Amino acid sequence: MSVIWQLFFGFFRVGCFAFGGAYGAIPLIRDVVLSHGWLDDETLTYFIAVSESTPGPIMVNLATYIGSTQAGFWGAVAATVAVTLPAFVLIIIIIAMMRNAVENQYVKAMLDGVKPCIAGIILATGGYMTVKGCAAAKPFSPDIQGMTIAAVLAGILLVRGKRKKKISPILLILLSACLGICIYGM
Amino acid sequence: MRVGKTLKIKDLFLTFMKIGLFTFGGGYAMIPIIEDICVDKRRWISHDEMMEITVIAEATPGPIAINCATFVGYKQAGAAGAGAATLGVILPSFCIIFVISMCLEHFLEITWVANAFRGIKIAVGILILNAAVNMIKKMPKKPMPVLTMAVSCFTMILSDLFSWRVSTVVLMVAAAGFSLSVYGVKQLEKRGR
Repeated sequence: MSVIWQLFFGFFRVGCFAFGGAYGAIPLIRDVVLSHGWLDDETLTYFIAVSESTPGPIMVNLATYIGSTQAGFWGAVAATVAVTLPAFVLIIIIIAMMRNAVENQYVKAMLDGVKPCIAGIILATGGYMTVKGCAAAKPFSPDIQGMTIAAVLAGILLVRGKRKKKISPILLILLSACLGICIYGM
Repeated sequence: MRVGKTLKIKDLFLTFMKIGLFTFGGGYAMIPIIEDICVDKRRWISHDEMMEITVIAEATPGPIAINCATFVGYKQAGAAGAGAATLGVILPSFCIIFVISMCLEHFLEITWVANAFRGIKIAVGILILNAAVNMIKKMPKKPMPVLTMAVSCFTMILSDLFSWRVSTVVLMVAAAGFSLSVYGVKQLEKRGR
């Protein structure tokens, strides 16, 4: 199977199961990308940051990027179309003929199981990526520089959270970039 | 009538292109802007319909921005309108990302950029953790969801540590099946009484 079709089917699967927005899609995308060996964990993480800091839906940005690096322009088109297609078709079906599908009790029962499952998957992915990010050389030996950055960022989120204020992800990413330049540069 | 429809489709395309170009931070950041433009300014959809689309977006997979664009486009001009709005919302970021994808790797060879990205890596992990915490806060604190959450989290951590390839899709389908069968059994018990 050519790379373009692999990209298409891989991202179609992401589009079909990505409940709960971009953060729900990240573990799925990671799954597809790592199992095909398209990118390593580190490059993927860099690109998640770029996708958060550029306009547009994060999931679509990631699909475009991964498609483009694997198979050029048509790879980007295949991955982007595949990730949006399930949502597009489902919404049209729902408005056109099954307006109350969302209120169906069996659909609700299913979603009641899926949502906590996604929360667990995201929690594990976030935890793993944070610990891995703090370590420069080996995955599980966090260094002091990394832990300092993590502590500062987590502290800011906690303080803002207590005051019920949200901090924009872009601001946090910019801050982490400055911290990275200062702390790792020394 | 035909001319009116073509104009409407062009209008949908351009409006959603603007939304796609100027909203940073993904789908959730787009909802207030879509609401402002499509409900308050253009009156393409009503407030109730906006509520409806957020409920539908929660229950369907895929990017939330795509869900909204498809919904508004379809309401205004049928399938062609849905296509125009969806294409409009994707196109700007597609072009931007395509250009970035060609130069990011060269960029990473510069030392200070690499250092910046080492810091960014940590921020991405923390942002994802934060999203999980917010989701868990909203979750009903009953035994079933908490158990599902714990099992899926534990399985994922183990699979990362030991490089098992446990598919996230399989986990989600299993959770859906389990929840559905518990619901089914409860219904049967009710009927039995």
